Amino acid sequence: MPAPLLIFAIGNESRGDDALAPLLVRGLEGWAERAGQVELIEDYQLQVEHVTDLTGRGAVLFVDADVSCSEPFYFSEISAEHDHSYTSHAMTPFALLHTYRQVYGVDAPPAFLLRIRGYDFELGNPLSDKAAANLGAASKLARELCLNGNLQRWRECLPNI
Amino acid sequence: MTDININLETAAHPENLRRVAIDPVSRVEGHGKVTLLLDENDHIQQVRLHIVEFRGFEKFVQGRPFWEAPVMVQRLCGICPVSHHIAASKAMDMIVGATLTPTAEKVRRLMHYGQILQSHALHFFHLCSPDLLFGFDSDVAKRNIVGIAAAYPEIAKQGVLLRKYGQEVIRVTAGKRIHGTGSIPGGVNKNVSIEERDFLLKDIEQIIAWSKDAVGIARKLFEQNLDLYNNFGTFKAHTLNLVRADGALDLYHGGLRARDLDGNTLFDHYDYRHYWDVIFEDVKPWSYMKFPFLRSLGPETGWYCVGPLTRVTQCDFIPSPLAEEQRKAFLAFDNGKAAGATLGFHWARMIEMLHAAEVIQELLHDTDLQGNDLVNIGERQERGVGVIEAPRGTLIHHYKVDEHDQIVRCNLIVSTTHNNQAMNEAIRQVARQFIDGRKLTEGLLNHIEVAIRAFDPCLSCATHALGKMPLEVELLDVEGKEVDTLTRTTDVVFSKNIRRKM
Repeated sequence: MPAPLLIFAIGNESRGDDALAPLLVRGLEGWAERAGQVELIEDYQLQVEHVTDLTGRGAVLFVDADVSCSEPFYFSEISAEHDHSYTSHAMTPFALLHTYRQVYGVDAPPAFLLRIRGYDFELGNPLSDKAAANLGAASKLARELCLNGNLQRWRECLPNI
Repeated sequence: MTDININLETAAHPENLRRVAIDPVSRVEGHGKVTLLLDENDHIQQVRLHIVEFRGFEKFVQGRPFWEAPVMVQRLCGICPVSHHIAASKAMDMIVGATLTPTAEKVRRLMHYGQILQSHALHFFHLCSPDLLFGFDSDVAKRNIVGIAAAYPEIAKQGVLLRKYGQEVIRVTAGKRIHGTGSIPGGVNKNVSIEERDFLLKDIEQIIAWSKDAVGIARKLFEQNLDLYNNFGTFKAHTLNLVRADGALDLYHGGLRARDLDGNTLFDHYDYRHYWDVIFEDVKPWSYMKFPFLRSLGPETGWYCVGPLTRVTQCDFIPSPLAEEQRKAFLAFDNGKAAGATLGFHWARMIEMLHAAEVIQELLHDTDLQGNDLVNIGERQERGVGVIEAPRGTLIHHYKVDEHDQIVRCNLIVSTTHNNQAMNEAIRQVARQFIDGRKLTEGLLNHIEVAIRAFDPCLSCATHALGKMPLEVELLDVEGKEVDTLTRTTDVVFSKNIRRKM
């Protein structure tokens, strides 16, 4: 049986602030598994086969660097969208949820997206100082989410729009 | 078929022409841009595929200890990390003077063919099937994998599971889903356990069956659109690929084979450790990507084509029964026209996917995978060259290492670079066939992208971060003034709507 909570980090740690999500899950390794029934997965980018990682989950948290979200991070609940990102080798979490529905005929598990603000994505560059600060704040939230598996509590962490 | 041409590369008077840019080309990896220059009567005067990536890759690994290279280079690209992992490992085998043990070579082969399977599945089922199944100028809202999943749910599902199976082969052999460390200088750091072997064996018959069906889909596409598929963007090119010592298709190791436009052999079984004696790289001021050519023919006419179509048509045979049967049928189809067509890449790619599935099955039954003799080290060398046939074509890694074990020089010639001129030729041919003299529409522009996607180019590992990768199509008048610009973000792809100043 898969772990009820999947945290899926998207990013390439050798491309500057694209390392934000991989670094976040590295910080949760060991600790997250002890704190709850959590599985941590990271990959460079989302692709169609990742729908198979979503099956049997109680919830999924995608984590990704973002060049345009508010600082230090933006946490949201997401749903399936036909957003055309299939036109690239990389998919968005929204499109992955849509593909899940197409492949399995049912909706994907409840899904959330934690965008962490990044600034510099050049190959070979280290994490920028500003991104490192954002990572600290996002990691704190991720730990709280791991400790509180109740989705109602997660939704209480969403920003009021 | 048409003759090689370099017409349309550079217009005589570009200052008087209207410019249309497709930026970036979608459903390819990385960032590419196509520019078209049209005169007042909509006749094409210049077509170029610009590549704006690949800068800094060699610098990225300079100064690193050589044993880090097989892991470091995986970060160059999110699409083909395993190809870089293996090519760098082969180069480092030379550095450490290794001759691989049977277990090491077979584990690496298994990893590589897993990569071929998953890469070809992704390309055919998810990146190209929307064009192929719905039509090149069909409704843009359908022309994506969501449309495929709705209209052809079984095909979409097979694509997902084929891709997933290839990823599982990689996980088992590389140790992890990503950042695998399985291949190291001189060998591998793990074998394949009985449990891992049995895990992969339980699905391989289904994978082979689906792969065979996929070859059938590719053939049917040709049968249903014979004239279009035989002639779309078709051109003649020299070819380059690795072949096994007996001339068989071998995607992991072999000697270099080059043939001319008429199929005559230019060199064969050439030792790739001296590739620079037969291949050189030219530069052009309008592209960051180099233009490799065969030294004996020179930069103007010596460009060549690599990849699945070249490999399947230029090998003497495929050493697995089902794929060999399909290769023969492909070569015989319509008197060989499909085997010379740009869209023949898709058919050849599916034959290779079938071959990869067969090789995986054969390797899984080989008890050498469970061996414990994993690494062999010999006399240290200063220079290392590793060449494989990656999913997109020949991949060359070349390193020089100093006495402190640091990489001091590096040269990578990736598959898409080999195909640089070939892709330019294909889109120029498409421009002549479909765009010249006609009013531009999104569907017509997509024809250009269909030709590029046939090569499955990996233009680089673009940072995927949310909010990036915009598309901008510019339309400029004869004086270079902007007539119209259409911009999209990732959530409104394919809303291209070329409005013309009348």
